[in-house]
Amino acid sequence: MTSSSISMPSLTRLAWSRTIVDLKQFFRIPEQVFFTFLLPVLFLVLFSAVFSGDVDGPPGRSVKFVQYFLPGIIALGVASSTFANLAMSISTEQHEGLLKRLAGTPLPKSAFFAGRLTSSVIITVIQTAVLLAIGVLLFGIDLPDGPGRWLFFIYLLGISAALGSALGIAATRMVPNARAAGPIIQAPFLVLQFISGIFFQWNQLPSWLQWIATAFPLRWMAQGFRYAFLPDWFGETEYGSSWGWEIPTVALAAWMVISVVLALVFFRWTREGDRR
Amino acid sequence: MPSPVVTIRGVSKSYGAVMALRHVDLDIYAGEVFALLGPNGAGKTTLVEILEGYRGRSSGEVDVLGADPGRGDARWRSRLGIVLQNTTVFDFLSVEETVVHFAGFYPSPLDSGHVIDLVGLGDKRKARCSTLSGGQKRRVDLALGLVGNPDLVFLDEPTTGLDPEGRRQLWDVIRSFTALGKTVILTTHYLDEAEALANRVGIIIGGEIVDIGPPDEIGGESRFIATVSFRPDGALTERAIPPLDGELTRSGPHVSLRTATPTAAVATLIAWAADAGVAEIPALSVSHPSLEDTYLMMVAARGGTESTETGAAA
Repeated sequence: MTSSSISMPSLTRLAWSRTIVDLKQFFRIPEQVFFTFLLPVLFLVLFSAVFSGDVDGPPGRSVKFVQYFLPGIIALGVASSTFANLAMSISTEQHEGLLKRLAGTPLPKSAFFAGRLTSSVIITVIQTAVLLAIGVLLFGIDLPDGPGRWLFFIYLLGISAALGSALGIAATRMVPNARAAGPIIQAPFLVLQFISGIFFQWNQLPSWLQWIATAFPLRWMAQGFRYAFLPDWFGETEYGSSWGWEIPTVALAAWMVISVVLALVFFRWTREGDRR
Repeated sequence: MPSPVVTIRGVSKSYGAVMALRHVDLDIYAGEVFALLGPNGAGKTTLVEILEGYRGRSSGEVDVLGADPGRGDARWRSRLGIVLQNTTVFDFLSVEETVVHFAGFYPSPLDSGHVIDLVGLGDKRKARCSTLSGGQKRRVDLALGLVGNPDLVFLDEPTTGLDPEGRRQLWDVIRSFTALGKTVILTTHYLDEAEALANRVGIIIGGEIVDIGPPDEIGGESRFIATVSFRPDGALTERAIPPLDGELTRSGPHVSLRTATPTAAVATLIAWAADAGVAEIPALSVSHPSLEDTYLMMVAARGGTESTETGAAA
């Protein structure tokens, strides 16, 4: 039998097949759906119900709390659906030997990563759409003002999902065994959420916490999404001279490069814990 | 002999100071079922994972289906079927979803439904893998190793951890695709498994292949030494045992003879008994050492210990 005349499955078909399987696996694990997908939605609804007042800008001016809170939650949702989702699910697959099993098949590694990236982008888009729909329908928030801010919003969504995915893949290296995946990934992520201006107003954080948060991408994601949704007079009070699309764009582009390098350096297809 | 599909020459592998494999030479031929038999930690998995391309080697040459496993491409991989030692299933996919998904990786896979039936999971087609028993999960492993229609199949301790009935059912599955002419490389520490499935057995102890051959020839000349035993009762007690070729020992009423010519010994004994008017010699038996006896002698001779009863993979 000469099998060489029969062509191998195309990369596109394989990547799509991996995407479907990743999506099935994501949506069939209740804990995963709750923590990475529903929790940001729950935060939005709960916080907006509790804090129904306004957030003060310059003297005499303010915006509704939910208008202020929603962009930060979108940033949190993107990070959860990409970074936390991939870091936890891929490290579990590594330690349970599922990646080793895939490595023993003709599946190209590029198809595996393309599937992972596509599925986490799809999850991100669905989640962002849900958050926006709740914001508009339940709380009457204002959407980005004009095509410029929409374009920036789409750029943010894309680059944040991509760098979050790459960082998640890199972070699998920190997980020593399958059980540790949750705590090891979620603990530092939770700290970053609190110091990146998602739950607390950025200009109310002490400057040393601001400096720490500035070193990580979540702060720039949150600030970027605020720029897309908030008027300039508000943002300049909160973020001062770094307000605007320019600095978040550059900071996130730099993080994109760093994340890909980290993923390439740290990711291991198999973890040799089972060597004997 | 058909041409070799696997050629191993002088392969060694060390993990730091530990030598896992020492200068292994081995050929495996198309269409045969080759069993690597050895105690836990003997180097079976290390050798097989070098052939599968999962591990590098410290020295030596390896050719699997015409390629160095360290540099095999996707097309080369598509000709291999791998069942790893540890059972790994995707808990949140059904049996059918899993097998169909893997089938899609290969250029000319077998029909997924047929493979699911072949491994005996026809009635579990729609079941989530997380709901399956250990033996059923192992069948999923086998299905994933087969669905790509491979030319060469690796089975690393395929029945470890299964109950006796499950093991026998899995043997039937393995036989049903060895009947398709696939080359199979099997590792096991069960002697009955090697005897039941393999055309040839390689005994690996302490990282060295110490013997290779068909299951009934392993151990070489030691396997041809038979033991003739009987119990001289009644009329036979008074008579001296005739001269016999071999080594005679007595324990209580029993007499046993280790001999290379058991047929001649039995003929002499029958004539001797007939002389005394005895037609049936009490408790007469002729036995050859089993593969198990031979294997345990080999392990003991190299200072190893082995318990063939333990089911758990180390």
